[in-house]
Amino acid sequence: MDWLTNTIGTSIGKKLLMAITGLCFCGFLVVHLIGNLTIYGGKDFFNAYVDHLHSYGPLINVAELVLLTLAAIHVLTGTILFFGNLNARPERYVVNKSAGGRTIGSSTMPYTGFLMLLFIIFHLFNFHFADHENQTVFEIVANAFAQRGYVFIYIVAMIIVAIHVSHGLWSAFQTIGASHPKYTPLIEGVGIAFSVIIGIGFGFIPIFIFTI
Amino acid sequence: MTTAKTINLELKVWRQKGPKDRGKLEIYDAKEISTDMSFLEMLDVVNEQLTLEGKDPIAFDHDCREGICGMCGTVVNGRAHGPEKGTTLCQLHMRHFSDGDTIVIEPWRARAFKVIKDLAVDRSAFDTLIQAGGYVSVNAGGAQDANCIPIPQEVAEKAMDAAACIGCGACVAACPNASAMLFVSAKVSQLALLPQGKPEAAQRALSMVRTMDELGFGNCTNETECEAECPKEISITNIARLNREFFKAGFFSSVE
Ligand code: HEM
Ligand code: FES
Repeated sequence: MDWLTNTIGTSIGKKLLMAITGLCFCGFLVVHLIGNLTIYGGKDFFNAYVDHLHSYGPLINVAELVLLTLAAIHVLTGTILFFGNLNARPERYVVNKSAGGRTIGSSTMPYTGFLMLLFIIFHLFNFHFADHENQTVFEIVANAFAQRGYVFIYIVAMIIVAIHVSHGLWSAFQTIGASHPKYTPLIEGVGIAFSVIIGIGFGFIPIFIFTI
Repeated sequence: MTTAKTINLELKVWRQKGPKDRGKLEIYDAKEISTDMSFLEMLDVVNEQLTLEGKDPIAFDHDCREGICGMCGTVVNGRAHGPEKGTTLCQLHMRHFSDGDTIVIEPWRARAFKVIKDLAVDRSAFDTLIQAGGYVSVNAGGAQDANCIPIPQEVAEKAMDAAACIGCGACVAACPNASAMLFVSAKVSQLALLPQGKPEAAQRALSMVRTMDELGFGNCTNETECEAECPKEISITNIARLNREFFKAGFFSSVE
C-alpha cells in the first residue's frame, strides 16, 4: 500500500483529497438545498419532507457518517496545506500586489473554510442536536429564525459558503486535471452561478421564515 | 507610460549582506534615468553611483538581458518582473514608470529560494527538480530522421508553449503559496506531450513532484497568479496536465 500513501501524501495527492471531498460537499449542498426549499410549501409540507427523510432510518445514519468522514478529511487536509503554504514562504514581501489572478474566493479559502467549520458546529447544535421530542422540525426552524441574531448569522454564513465555493468548484476541476479550452470557461461560469444559487437559495430561507 | 526623456525615482531596495544576514530595505535616489533604459540598466546606473561613493553595489542576477536566459528577476512593487505582462525584468523599460515614483525592489521570496545577497537568490532547487526527471534518456547512436516520428501540429505547439519556460522562478515568487507547480508542470508537459518523453513520463511525474515537496515549495491552490506573472505566459492548463500525469503514474502505472 506504499504506492497509495506515497501518492496521496504528496502536495498533489492532498489537493486531490480536497477536490474530491469538496465536490462531494457541493453535491450535498444541492440535496440539502432542494430539501430545504420544501419549507416554502408551508409547515405541513416541510414536516412531511422531514418525516420522509427520517423514514430512511439507518441509511441516514450511514450518510451522516460519510459526511462526517469527508468533513474530517477536508478540514484536516486543508489545515495541513494551509500551514505548509505559510511555511513555504518564511519571509514575506514588504509590498504585496496581485497580478490579477487571485479572486476573493481563492485568496480566502482557508479563512472562509475555518469560519464554515465554526458555522457547521453552530448549525448542528441549533437543529441537529435540538430537542426533537416535543417540537416539530418546522417549529425548531421557526423559533430560531424568529430571532434577528440567528437570521443575521445564517445570512453571513451563506455568503461565506458562496465565496468558498465560488473558487472551490472550478479549483476542484483543475485539481483533478479536468481542464480543457472548450469546457474550462463553462466550468468557471457554472462555479460562479452555483455559488450564487447556493448563497441566495439558502440565504433567503431565514428571511422568509422571519417575515412570516 | 511616460513620454518624458528622463525621470527621477526613489528606490527602496532589499539589502542583505549574505544568507545569514537579516537584511532590510534601503533608500536610494535614481536621478536622470533615461526612459529608454531597461530596469537592469537603471540599476547599473545606481550601482555606478554607489561604487563611486565607495559603497557596496546592489547584487542582482542577470545574463542575456534579452529575455531568454531566465537569470534576471526581482519583485518590483509587489509584482514579479514588474508590472508589465509577459515581460522579464531585463525587458522592462523605464518608460513604464513616472517621474517621482517610489519603487520597492525585493528578491524572490520562498523557503526553497534562499537569498545569496541583496536581490540575488539561489535557484538551484530548480536544477534539483530538473535532475529529478526533467530530461529524456537518449541512447547514443545515429540520429534518426526527424520525419519518422509523426507528431500532430497541435501537440507540437502545446509542447513548444510549455518549453518556452526559461526557469526564472517568477511563478514561485508570484505564487501566494510559493509553489513551483507552474515550473514543474511546464517541464513535465513539454516532455510528456512528445513521443521522446513518453517512455519515462510516469517516473518523471512521480519523481519531480516528490522532489518538489522535499525542497520545501508550497502547495498549489489554483490562485493563477503564476500564469498572470510568467514572462513567457505559460498556461495553468499545464498544471492540470501535470495533475493528470501524476494521477496516471501514481494510481495506474507500475512505477513505484
Ligand atoms: C459545505 C462545506 C464545504 C464545501 C462545499 C467545500 C468545498 C470546497 C471545494 C470544492 C474546494 C476546492 C478543492 C480544490 O481546490 O481542489 C475546497 C477547498 C478548501 N476548503 Fe472547503 N468546503 C467546505 C467546507 C470547508 C471547511 C469546513 C473547511 C475548513 C476548515 C474548508 C477548508 C478548505 C480549504 C482550506 C480549501 C483550500 C484547499 C486548497 O485550495 O488547497 N472547507 N472546499
Ligand atoms: S537577463 Fe536573461 S532573461 Fe533577463
